[in-house]
Amino acid sequence: MTSLTDLSIRECLTGLRAGDFSSRELTEAYLGRIDSLEADIHAFITLTPDRALAGADAADAILKSQDHPPRLTGLPIAVKDVLCLAGVPCTCGSKILENFIPPFTATTVQRLLDAGTIPLGKTNTDEFAMGSSTENSAYGPTLNPWNTNHVPGGSSGGSAAAVAAHMAPAAFGTDTGGSVRQPCSFCGVTGIKPTYGRTSRYGLVAFGSSLDTVGMIGRNVEDISLLFQYFAGFDPLDATSVQTPVPEIVLPQSPDLNGLRIGVPEEYFIKGIQPEVEGGVRAAIAQMEAQGASAVPIHLPHTEYALPVYYLIAPAEASANLARYDGIRFGPRLGEGEDLWEMFTETRGKLFGSEVKRRIMLGTYALSAGYYDAYYGKAQKVRTLIKADFDQAFEEVDVIAAPVAPTTAFKFGQHTDDPLAMYLEDVFTLPANLAGVPGLAFPVGYDKHGLPIGMQLMGPHFKEDLLFSVGHAYQLASD
Amino acid sequence: MKLSIDEVEHIADLARLRLTEVEKERYAEQLSDILDYIEHLEELDTDHIQPTASVLEMQLRLREDQTRPGLSQDDVLGNAAETQDGQFKVPRVLGG
Repeated sequence: MTSLTDLSIRECLTGLRAGDFSSRELTEAYLGRIDSLEADIHAFITLTPDRALAGADAADAILKSQDHPPRLTGLPIAVKDVLCLAGVPCTCGSKILENFIPPFTATTVQRLLDAGTIPLGKTNTDEFAMGSSTENSAYGPTLNPWNTNHVPGGSSGGSAAAVAAHMAPAAFGTDTGGSVRQPCSFCGVTGIKPTYGRTSRYGLVAFGSSLDTVGMIGRNVEDISLLFQYFAGFDPLDATSVQTPVPEIVLPQSPDLNGLRIGVPEEYFIKGIQPEVEGGVRAAIAQMEAQGASAVPIHLPHTEYALPVYYLIAPAEASANLARYDGIRFGPRLGEGEDLWEMFTETRGKLFGSEVKRRIMLGTYALSAGYYDAYYGKAQKVRTLIKADFDQAFEEVDVIAAPVAPTTAFKFGQHTDDPLAMYLEDVFTLPANLAGVPGLAFPVGYDKHGLPIGMQLMGPHFKEDLLFSVGHAYQLASD
Repeated sequence: MKLSIDEVEHIADLARLRLTEVEKERYAEQLSDILDYIEHLEELDTDHIQPTASVLEMQLRLREDQTRPGLSQDDVLGNAAETQDGQFKVPRVLGG
């Protein structure tokens, strides 16, 4: 018999509804899986088994008593530890929020709770989502389930590893510069980075507010598209939330991609990319052509500038957002008994990790008197050019296909002494965040060491449904 | 672009971060490398380009000026390191 933890979300929901198994059985199966693997993978910062089992029993009662229970009733999920869930610690992978227990729940999480899902726990992340490997988590790194000598990617590495290892059917991630897509690529799972403004940022601990998005990681496109419809959409509590309605996602029944124009940007197949990654992505594009799509060479000429632009804008916004960690309203306080300055500098200097401090320093510098125009102002202008590249491309093509990252999962410690080398891992994911366009990452093969290769499809603003349809058609043809 | 230790100390002060001597040296070097990389942006002529304010066309919304439920005082103070009489307590701000 197939294990319950191998079922797709659709199969889970059908089985729960039919009474083939209970939510308690499903939840216990996942908790059992976590129990046996967590010591090797370390996907979670906080586990909530008692709360999950109580939720499962409540879900079972609802499934028995209601004719039309909420669609996702009884389905376990995992939540990245930068999204607030009332009553459960939210550490953001940082010592500075070690004892923070949010009194409210993020809108995206609340919507999935309302739809009937059950949180299993909070997944590991680079501190404040700043990183590409989870090596920046103050609670220790997550290990890649495909090979534990390799990183799972980041910052949503805990979520991607949990999904890859079947410790959860799906997990919330967040994507500010690639933090959903890159760990999906490294762990061989599927994830959506929505259009900016499409998913509420309320209750998401802020990193780069003009870039932050809440996404979902799962085993395939069908699973995440099912959940997306519930957690996406307008939220009056987020000032940059958009009112454009989320369409009902209807996935194609056949792998037919006739008429689809796929843009293939030359700038994403550069020297230095791992040959197997290029090969895997090009083979996937060829398969989509065999399904009826046409591949069109395109240019996104400002791609190379995305990295310097991102590493000004994101740290600048982070330096402002992280000013709130001052030892007063939340988190531990150090340097007590002295004066206020002592408390600020001691608390922040000792409790932030080295990457977070590096980015706060970089952002503070870029915003400081005399440098604002040269750095931050310049970056916001070049951002306009990067966005214009996408606007122009989407006049010619429906979607853009590219590698997610230049390499497969790298080894622990490979980039820890060289922050710039670590930043270069994000070179293909940053542009979508700067332009605000959605991106869907999914696996397209393996390298010679058996590590997954990921591809991303990027689409025009609000076209997540198109990305899901194309991705699903690809997965139908390749399964 | 090479940041001096003095400049690093100045930025750290602005950011309210106390750094160790080792950190100051490391950040001086690493931030200098990153700023060198960032200088690629100088290649682009952006004199006539508008800076991006938002990636989407959006208007700021107003809501009805009505009271709504919010967090209780206990909830708000619940995560603070120190409180007194229903307020956040902080070390001495002036004088001393």
